[in-house]
Amino acid sequence: MTTAAAPPAEAAKAPRTRFRAPELSPRQNLVVAVAVIGFAIILPLFLDSGGNVMNNLVLAAAYVVMALGLNIIVGFAGLLDLGYVAFFAIGAYVMGYFGSGFWSNAGGGEGVHFLVGGPVENLPGIHFNFLIVLVLAVIATTIAGIIIGLPTLRLRGDYIAIVTLAFGEIIGRIAINGDEIKLFGGTLTAGRQGITPVDKVDLPFFERFQSLNLRPWYWLALAMVVLVLFVNFRLRDSRLGRAWIALREDEVAAASMGVPLVKTKLLAYGTGAAFGGMSGAFLASYLNTVNADQFQFAFSIFILAMIILGGLGSIWGVVLGAVVLSAINNYFIPDVFNDVPSKIGLDFDLTELSFGIFGFLLVIMMILRPEGLLPQRRRQLELEEGVGAEDAIEAKL
Amino acid sequence: MSAQVDNILETVGVTKQFGGLTAVNDVSFAIPRKSIVSIIGPNGAGKTTFFNILTGLYKPTTGKITFDGANITGGRPDKIMALGVARTFQNIRMFGTMSALENVMVGQHARMKAGLFGSILRTPRVRREERQVREKAAEMLEYVGLAKRYHDQLAINLSYGDQRRVEIARALASDPKLLLLDEPTAGMNPQESDNLTRFMQTLRDERGLSILLIEHDMKVVMGVSENITVLDHGEKIAEGGPEEVRNNPHVVEAYLGKQASQEVGG
Repeated sequence: MTTAAAPPAEAAKAPRTRFRAPELSPRQNLVVAVAVIGFAIILPLFLDSGGNVMNNLVLAAAYVVMALGLNIIVGFAGLLDLGYVAFFAIGAYVMGYFGSGFWSNAGGGEGVHFLVGGPVENLPGIHFNFLIVLVLAVIATTIAGIIIGLPTLRLRGDYIAIVTLAFGEIIGRIAINGDEIKLFGGTLTAGRQGITPVDKVDLPFFERFQSLNLRPWYWLALAMVVLVLFVNFRLRDSRLGRAWIALREDEVAAASMGVPLVKTKLLAYGTGAAFGGMSGAFLASYLNTVNADQFQFAFSIFILAMIILGGLGSIWGVVLGAVVLSAINNYFIPDVFNDVPSKIGLDFDLTELSFGIFGFLLVIMMILRPEGLLPQRRRQLELEEGVGAEDAIEAKL
Repeated sequence: MSAQVDNILETVGVTKQFGGLTAVNDVSFAIPRKSIVSIIGPNGAGKTTFFNILTGLYKPTTGKITFDGANITGGRPDKIMALGVARTFQNIRMFGTMSALENVMVGQHARMKAGLFGSILRTPRVRREERQVREKAAEMLEYVGLAKRYHDQLAINLSYGDQRRVEIARALASDPKLLLLDEPTAGMNPQESDNLTRFMQTLRDERGLSILLIEHDMKVVMGVSENITVLDHGEKIAEGGPEEVRNNPHVVEAYLGKQASQEVGG
């Protein structure tokens, strides 16, 4: 009797798991945060400071920043943005403009320098302190985020996706063809050749970062992650965060409850974009190039997949999703499993299949755990004895 | 409409056309302060459209709407809400993945000040505001009779009746002057409808609210309304007290059809 009742009871439970996971109390959350971040801080001490793993950790941290930014737009406010790569691009170009020899005529060929030291001091081009570049990147992408937001204000769902997709493509095309657009005695972008070299990060009180010691890069990226995490948590549990979620749930009801749609949406776009720009500027410096080929549509999907994998709107889920996908993309596919095709007698490079593999993983996810690895933890309470109990009784009948 | 009455809301010649279809045609009416007024009419008469015009979801094609002395014609929904017009929906519109409490907190959005940076830094002022809003939300939920143990339950998991309660609490949380209820008793049993009727009277008497009601349950309408406006095909066909409207031949005709009404009359 009981065994016969068990399967339907479980079947009745399955769809509810989406709403079930208990939310961490602020204190538990803090404990988790301190533990995770503490672990992340000491991790590099056990790793080769210039090695491949270290490199992947830096990239993963930078992707976490972007994923958390996109999570504000897509996860919180429910605005499906398929053009997030645009903010990566804009952030990276700000770094390229203000931290490289790209504007070789600036300052009459002598270069313009602002709060920079070391070897960069005497190079031509515009060279600003990294922190200033970071601020400029945030400002530029926030404005870009609002500009992309404006035409989508009257749209919903899929149509927002189309407009943002187009925006991402436009920025990508401009980046590729920008080397033919003459501007201030130079060109708009360096196209596919890329702006290189880009200044290494130069923070006050620290030595200029070096390409062989990746630990400082990692810690800086981690600091950005912590900042963005902090902002995410604070905003989620605020007036604005509630307005975003209300908007996602029901736009008409939200407006009727006094949530100004335009302002609330633009704040989501602007805030989310700012993090993309921050990470973009960092990556430009870290990768030592601002190359138009980086800014492809596939990158937007890559970041979006992180969010979906981790759990839309769930902050810790997004972090996990970003780390997992980044590891798969940068480590497992090219380094660990790359020789699998040749071993089984096939002649192709596994990296060419990476998007196929992501797609496959997402399909598997949608079947096994559609709510993501760590779904958004909204309050549970009494589900078992309340609604859950009724369902269980029904299932038994 | 007469000048000596203190009206909280007045409309003059409000018309709404969707393409060639006139959903609301030249409707003028008024809600006296601290009164309960109903709009009735057959399905498709334009009642909900009229509600949506009043709350700013639709812009009227022509006409003028004045709320508490301010012209709100074609204003944005959130601004009209901030002025003191709150509403519920015919098909309950909850923020499903938010708790009952959070739903009601959203209702106070227009009364809060915290901005982007204040929320990130969580200044003492923001912290205090957040606490007050939370307390008030809990208070409102208790006021509408939602048991404390459901406050942190996701709205989507609540029973139908409780969702209605939360929706009313959410509307009340903004301290409105005028409350618009769109078929609040839909799906309620007679007992619950009676409770709601009494609750509306309490709101008016205790909180000094004006209430505009769309309702199909005639027992509720006749029991609670001081004034009833009847819409049919977007036009106002009758207006007056419950007795007056009940005996108005146009109203009977709109509800029962011409032939039937003649049979009843004859």
